[in-house]
Amino acid sequence: MKQARNGGYGGVPRWIYVLAAAGALFVVLPLAAMVAKVNWAQFIPLITSEASLQALGLSLRTSAASTVLCIVLGVPLALVLARGRFPGQRFLRSLVLLPLVLPPVVGGIALLYTFGRQGLLGRTLEVAGLQIAFSTTAVVLAQTFVALPFLVVSLEGALRTAGNRYEAVAATLGAGPTTVLRRVTLPLVLPGLASGAVLSFARSLGEFGATLTFAGSLQGVTRTLPLEIYLQRETDADAAVALSLVLVAVAVAVVALAYRSPRAAERSSALSGERTTTARAAGGEAQ
Amino acid sequence: MSTRKHGTAALAAAVMLGLAACAPASTAPASQTAGTQSPGATGQASGTITVFAAASLKATFTQLATDFEAQNPGTKIMLSFAGSSDLATQITQGAPADVFASADTRNMTKLADAKLLDGTAENFATNVLEIAVPPSNPASIASFADLAKPGGKVVVCASQVPCGAAADSVEKAAGVTLSPVSEESSVTDVLGKVTSGEADAGLVYVTDVKGAGDKVRGIPFDESGKAVNTYPIAPVGSSRNKELAAAFIAMVTGTDGQNTLSAAGFGAP
Repeated sequence: MKQARNGGYGGVPRWIYVLAAAGALFVVLPLAAMVAKVNWAQFIPLITSEASLQALGLSLRTSAASTVLCIVLGVPLALVLARGRFPGQRFLRSLVLLPLVLPPVVGGIALLYTFGRQGLLGRTLEVAGLQIAFSTTAVVLAQTFVALPFLVVSLEGALRTAGNRYEAVAATLGAGPTTVLRRVTLPLVLPGLASGAVLSFARSLGEFGATLTFAGSLQGVTRTLPLEIYLQRETDADAAVALSLVLVAVAVAVVALAYRSPRAAERSSALSGERTTTARAAGGEAQ
Repeated sequence: MSTRKHGTAALAAAVMLGLAACAPASTAPASQTAGTQSPGATGQASGTITVFAAASLKATFTQLATDFEAQNPGTKIMLSFAGSSDLATQITQGAPADVFASADTRNMTKLADAKLLDGTAENFATNVLEIAVPPSNPASIASFADLAKPGGKVVVCASQVPCGAAADSVEKAAGVTLSPVSEESSVTDVLGKVTSGEADAGLVYVTDVKGAGDKVRGIPFDESGKAVNTYPIAPVGSSRNKELAAAFIAMVTGTDGQNTLSAAGFGAP
């Protein structure tokens, strides 16, 4: 059975394929069942109602905003976790990853007691004229809270895989830390950053529990697409199914985008020879 | 999502219970066997039933089930609480319920139309809206009209759910147009926004205000009479223990049940 590397050894027993098929079916079947329930005659009117369009628009806007916030806050976090050396580093990492395993409703409660009117920072913010409760800002905060770990994990992994040889070379050539970061580190891990950002966007798009608990639900302000689906389900199952399909379509597009990155990563490692040149250029520039 | 999760867990529990009910009779407790041997004569029901009840009935039905079990040794009442429309959907999809108690007539009618009930539904309680404010009443709300004051953060139910439909009727009757900061999908979410101090006022049921104790203050208003929610109860057609289901319904609609319900703030049907 065992053959030379390029002799076509698959390495997977046949029975594994049976179980794998069952696994794939487990994911695909419910989606197919949902598609089968779609009322196609009414599909376009259902998804183009004012409430639906506002919910979709709000979802896309807030998810984009929280992705930007994730990048701004998550890139430094990932850098510190991957490259820094300080006591409590492991502890910090577990804390940052916590929202991954927390039920979102718990995140919502935690945010409420932080940014709510009676919360830890809420009073201070209110004095400063910032009202977060029941605003679109609250939605973005809830989404960022649950999506941040996705960016940090992806980027930290990419940073560790990339290693710091090129950075060291750039530094010996006289590049300052900020120049190294800008010209060497970030370009090296760009695919990891991109896939992390896409995952954060997807997680933000699907966020429900924390938003419902923390931000409320008002058409055009805080009622994102998942909240709209939850509400429509009460009275209009057809509308809920149609909107669910829209969310599935957006999610599929996002995942497809994210799965392009591994190949992009391969391409970038194939070009690593060029990176050395970049490092040198960076060093040169600093000199 | 959380109510949905609870619903699923309760459903799983109900399924397990259904399996247990299929176990051979020899495993049943002696009292249960004795009860089955002399049915009807003393009106003594036995065994286990599952009651699907609207979320707003949680406190009262938990109390009633405990009382019922104490009065009828050998019986077990399993309770599953969720939004009435969730429960109606679950029963339509074949969930093993013996009794359904809804917070509105609409969802009960849905099941009656689908021929899923055994006999007709009986109304056993009513509920009206009340304004709930935080104990300090920061926006100085004293009447329904005050809810429309600019600056106050008011939270209501979305019109798709029963408490929101009631809020709409009251708004029309009072001739006051509210501009809520949030339209929640359940009355418990509205109450949560008030108890946490996020909202200055919320429209909830009288029973919710009572159930929240001193965490909120209730402000009754005349217009609430324009939207009275009626609670019907009925045995489910697929029930395996119709005798016990009937006995429990009799308790809810009888003196004991009515006393417990009225103590919780429910009105007479």
